[in-house]
Amino acid sequence: MHKFLKASTAALAMAVAAGAANADGHALSGDLVIFSDMSNPAPRAVMEGMVERFGELHPDLNIELTVIDREAYKTQIRNFLTANTPDVANWYAANRMRPFVDAGLFEDISDVWADPQLDGLASTKGAMTLDGKQWGVPYTYYQWGVYYRKDIYEELGLKEPTSFEEEIANCQAILDSGRKCYTIGTKFLWTAGGWFDYINMRTNGYDFHSALLAGEKKWDSDEVRATFANWRTLIDMGAFVDNHTSYSWQESLPFIVSGEAAAILKGNFAVPPLREAGLDDSKLDFYQFPAITDGIALAEDAPTDTFHIPSGASNKEAAKEFLKFVVSAENQTLINAGDALGQLPVNANSSVDDDKFLKEGFAMLSSNSPGGVAQFFDRDAPAEMAKVGMEGLQEFMVRPDELDNILARLDKAAERIYK
Amino acid sequence: MANIAVPQTEYAQPRERGWYKRNEIAVTPWLFLIPGILFFMVYVIIPIFQSFYYSTLSWDGLGEAEFIGLSNYSELWDDSAFYTSLRNNIIWLFLYLLAIPAGLGIALLLNQTVFGIRLYKSLFFFPFVISQVVVGLVFGWFYDPTFGLFNIALGWFGLGPINVLGDENYVTYGIIAAGLWPQTAYCMILYLTGLNAVDPEQIEAARLDGAKRLKMLWYVVIPQLKPATFIAFVVTIIGALRSFDLISIMTNGGPFGESRVLSFYMFEVALSEYGFRMGYGAAIAVVLFLIMLVFITYFLYSMYQEEKGR
Repeated sequence: MHKFLKASTAALAMAVAAGAANADGHALSGDLVIFSDMSNPAPRAVMEGMVERFGELHPDLNIELTVIDREAYKTQIRNFLTANTPDVANWYAANRMRPFVDAGLFEDISDVWADPQLDGLASTKGAMTLDGKQWGVPYTYYQWGVYYRKDIYEELGLKEPTSFEEEIANCQAILDSGRKCYTIGTKFLWTAGGWFDYINMRTNGYDFHSALLAGEKKWDSDEVRATFANWRTLIDMGAFVDNHTSYSWQESLPFIVSGEAAAILKGNFAVPPLREAGLDDSKLDFYQFPAITDGIALAEDAPTDTFHIPSGASNKEAAKEFLKFVVSAENQTLINAGDALGQLPVNANSSVDDDKFLKEGFAMLSSNSPGGVAQFFDRDAPAEMAKVGMEGLQEFMVRPDELDNILARLDKAAERIYK
Repeated sequence: MANIAVPQTEYAQPRERGWYKRNEIAVTPWLFLIPGILFFMVYVIIPIFQSFYYSTLSWDGLGEAEFIGLSNYSELWDDSAFYTSLRNNIIWLFLYLLAIPAGLGIALLLNQTVFGIRLYKSLFFFPFVISQVVVGLVFGWFYDPTFGLFNIALGWFGLGPINVLGDENYVTYGIIAAGLWPQTAYCMILYLTGLNAVDPEQIEAARLDGAKRLKMLWYVVIPQLKPATFIAFVVTIIGALRSFDLISIMTNGGPFGESRVLSFYMFEVALSEYGFRMGYGAAIAVVLFLIMLVFITYFLYSMYQEEKGR
């Protein structure tokens, strides 16, 4: 009896303690295993910093962080989601998470999104939603647009273009000065997807673009042909650097650094390496991809990187807490600062770092993108379609005369993939 | 008569021996083979049949698999990327064989006793020692259209620049040339060991009979190198069919899939970043297996003949 009493008081004491701690929301214990693809130097430091700060909040929690090379991660995730499941894993938004959602490997975390703390994330909620549920949280996103050599534009007396005609006129002036207009490296295909995204969204609008990538529209259609005709105008002018099929995007940067090319269409992640190569703010500037068809609302690519909880996770409570921590306004301000990720915070309550490109990007996405925000070609389209599609885009950039064959091939692939 | 020795018909019953003792001679080799057979079954034989089975499925490697019969094969039949890969495989098979005569040539050159010959031999063997990934990177830079040595050299003759790895007409040949570098070294080492075994008396006899240079090589030396040639042939054919690392490093299959071979295409559709089609990948693997089977059968047959002839 005595023993029982002792035990139950102990249990009671523990329950009270747990209750008190729960009220704070800080009573996490056990192990939290995190697999991350943030392997580049700056993201890696950010990830390690987050783990450290989260660990300070929860001293009883033992956090194990494994950082995997970003490219290798894309294939490894399939193995570790089924076999050696972590509690938290990185991935990408929109259709890119579809295979894992369909296979039941990602946990439905709609309850986390119901937390009022996440109200500031409304802008990216759509990208995290599949089948009416949320499957992860974003931690960063970044704008796409044209990064150009300000000094070259000034030398040639050019202004940032606001229409496709101006863009072409600028390009002609740049070509006449013995330079190329745009550098691009298509060895890994996806860079061509950026060009298609923009020309198609500007020619046909966001709704058509997303319907096309969702398999609801034909590739061999007047709209898509118009897109390719606009693109071809640039290709026929010789606007792009030669031999782009041999280069990765990193290998295409030296052309803009040396001034052999005047601009690059790229995400904001291109800024740090360009700055490092010596292009300071007096030489590098940014403009929004200009309008093509009048009256079509501008829409932007802004890919979102994410955290997810695998459904096989063993410490889901701690994982959900970590996800909330990641998206909190304070943490978002910190990790997206110019000296950290150098990207845009997903939480509307956080502040954007005092950086020229981040400010311009934030202003563009929040006020000058009425058409909508797309993820990116290979995140909006299903994986297989993205692969076939981007291969077709690369081929088009080299052999524009093959357009008929390419479109036929894409339609045939679409028929199988979207059935 | 009674004391004539009759053959002894009754022996003392021998001590009862265990089943193992009685069958020792027959069983022991199998016992030694069991671990090997087991692993060979698990890692080679069973997966072959599993591939046959997977090739009839529509499966993303994660969710439910669906049986679709031979649809994967009928899709392959109309898949232009498959034919490109197949064509490249055949180009690889033929051009890769150049490593054999090239290896023989270098081996003959190095098969002499000069001061420091061991150093030369190891230098020539060097490309086989370094990783294929490094070979791919080195050749990638060599071919680079803007600053690569290859185009600089072409420039001396007023030619080029040729973007070898970015042009659909040259890309496969460019990669094969890179692959020939280590493969030639491999064939060379095979021939060098083979040349050690060439009978000096036969050479002497041939010389007395007036055989010189090419005739000596063709009628006396090469026939004696037959075992080395056979092995060189086997490893080169297999090397050509499993060419993967160079393609992955140098072009990633591009431009627009023109440098793919079957093994790379299989990887791409089933396992790469955008690949989620295990069934289709397995179907490609089956086709690749059937092609290899032709050579495997030939190799096994000729080895069998060899054994029988002894």
